[in-house]
Amino acid sequence: MDINAIVISMASMGGLGLLFSAGLAIANKKLYVEEDARIAEVMEELPGANCGGCGYPGCANFAENVVNGKALIGGCPVNTDDGAEAIARIMGVDAETGERLIARVICRGGDYETAKKGIYDGIQSCTAAHLMGGGDRLCEYGCIGYGECVEVCPFDAMYMNDNNLPVVIDDKCTGCGNCAEICPRAVIEMHPESHKLFILCNNHDTPKVSRQVCIRACVGCGLCVRAVEEGEIIMDDNLAKINYDTYGRVPVIPTEKCSTNAFETFGAEETSEVAA
Amino acid sequence: MRLPTFSRGVHPNDNKHYTCSKSIEILPIPDQVLIPLQQHIGAPCSVIVEKGQEVKTGQQVGSSEAFVSSPVHSSITGKVKEIGTFQHPAGGKVQMVLIQQTEEEDDWKLMPPLEDWQNTGNEILNQRIKDAGIVGLGGAAFPTHVKLAPPKDKKIDTFILNGCECEPYLTADHRAMVEQADKILPGMAIIMKILGVIDGFIGIENNKPDAIEVMREAVSRGGYNFKVVSLQVKYPQGAEKMLIQSVLKRQVPTGGLPMDVGAVVNNVGTAIAVADAVINGKSLIERIVTVTGDGINEPKNVLARIGTPFQEILEFCGGLNEETTQVFMGGPMMGLAQHNLQSPTVKATSGIVCTAAQGQPAEQALPCIRCGTCVSVCPMFLLPTRIARLSEMGQTAAAEELGIMNCIECGSCSFVCPSQIPLVQWIRLGKLRVGEMKRKEKEVA
Repeated sequence: MDINAIVISMASMGGLGLLFSAGLAIANKKLYVEEDARIAEVMEELPGANCGGCGYPGCANFAENVVNGKALIGGCPVNTDDGAEAIARIMGVDAETGERLIARVICRGGDYETAKKGIYDGIQSCTAAHLMGGGDRLCEYGCIGYGECVEVCPFDAMYMNDNNLPVVIDDKCTGCGNCAEICPRAVIEMHPESHKLFILCNNHDTPKVSRQVCIRACVGCGLCVRAVEEGEIIMDDNLAKINYDTYGRVPVIPTEKCSTNAFETFGAEETSEVAA
Repeated sequence: MRLPTFSRGVHPNDNKHYTCSKSIEILPIPDQVLIPLQQHIGAPCSVIVEKGQEVKTGQQVGSSEAFVSSPVHSSITGKVKEIGTFQHPAGGKVQMVLIQQTEEEDDWKLMPPLEDWQNTGNEILNQRIKDAGIVGLGGAAFPTHVKLAPPKDKKIDTFILNGCECEPYLTADHRAMVEQADKILPGMAIIMKILGVIDGFIGIENNKPDAIEVMREAVSRGGYNFKVVSLQVKYPQGAEKMLIQSVLKRQVPTGGLPMDVGAVVNNVGTAIAVADAVINGKSLIERIVTVTGDGINEPKNVLARIGTPFQEILEFCGGLNEETTQVFMGGPMMGLAQHNLQSPTVKATSGIVCTAAQGQPAEQALPCIRCGTCVSVCPMFLLPTRIARLSEMGQTAAAEELGIMNCIECGSCSFVCPSQIPLVQWIRLGKLRVGEMKRKEKEVA
């Protein structure tokens, strides 16, 4: 083989390489975009899960908006207080951190508790089932049970129990709110850690209907409303609601007479395990 | 000669033999009716009666200030027994007015008849259509007065009366055309006067030769200039956009409405309701419902009051037989499965189809084999398999790019899929997600 072929090809490839690298070097200088160095620093302090809990498409976009002053420094619900403070230091302001939020499943109507309306053989997704009449559980207000909330949780903080109800693992929940947003029935609510007492039902049916629908439904009898000071628990369209401004921060159930045991306490030492 | 039609589409078994030759029977007035405050597309009504109040037949019980909305009326003479939330046949629970009958004979609350409608102002006529609570009775229940008041910059030159009834099983429109042509044609003339159009077509699928003949004869006898067009039997021939293509050879642009090509389409049932409202002053309180399928003992076409529980209509037709596994409101292609037979008949209830076990695809969906059959039948020229897959994977933006919002949800793709993939269901989910995405984008911007 001719040695020239090797020499020529090496020279030409090397020459081309040099030419292109020179082009790149010039482009790098000429077309350089001045980026605020703080964006990268803020990014460092964020969880990097791109969960979207802040309302922006991802962590990078959130960081950009923090630096531009459009997003709140404590706007990332997932970030730790330390992280938020670090961002505040980068931005040179004080951090305003709120209380930690945890997702709470406001329904205990699993496969065992609820009556069934028929056979649902459509797409096994809560929202799809909601569009087609709401899955096979008779309750029109409660959990549908196909676990879309578990699928969207970016932190593995939820699972479906054998009763087909979602369970939140408090320690892992970061309060991003993805589960609450995806739930077509709005059964998941975001609550501050200090809320200890819950009425785990979302059913607004009349007492007669709700008794048929689910054995754990709040039937709207009003016993709890009468057991506490006025305004602490409010009856809203056949469903008792706790007014957390004045009540519900101590894990004490107001009455033992609640006929369906709709109350549940979430103490510091307990997890949100739901009795199946 | 080949009959006019649109491109693509499917040929389901039409199963109209159960009821196509049965005259419309009048259902006895029920003891109780449930009037849902939302029976239409648009804003729900608010209640304007109180518990215990006496109401007459045809009296408004709910109304709304919104333009895209339609009032609801009591369909019997009686007393308001309860106002509460009940099961709606379209899914979910909505507010309804429960009325208990007090008079067996109707005590009508009529609006002044406008017999001389030819010389009445168009706005008065359209207001009458709104007051009478008339919505599209083909099944979509879009308020008719909105359709008849297009924006000024849209020139409407053609009106098409939709007598296709392409959904299998249903024969309500078919029987209406055979028996009530003398109401349909004046109704159509009133609509055309409001729209100010001269060209009127009546599109009927060729599987209803008796209806075509009756309508042709009635048109020539009444001296109307309407053209009765016999169309090829194909689903979804009765979808607005398909019908316009079949009759006028015009294509509604992407994301557009029939009015963009100068056409308005209404169902024959709507024309009857318009004639009743204008000439007789009657509100929309009853409709023709086809009760059919192999799950019902005596299939019939019945004229039922709005608000009649399904159970009562089914009993009038001999009740369900033992093999029945599914009851739909509407036809089998686009209808909704029911789980509570106490749900009331609404303005959109074109039929109640009761089917026995056979022919129900209950098997698990198999993987897509890329046969492309869904693509070859989609009347909107979409790629159902691809769009459904994108929706399944949560790729909302990509699905939107492929035109998911143009889907008319006719269900042809699911019907032909050899792997039984619930394509149209995935697409419906994707459409919902696109809506959510749009809202979010607006909020962030």
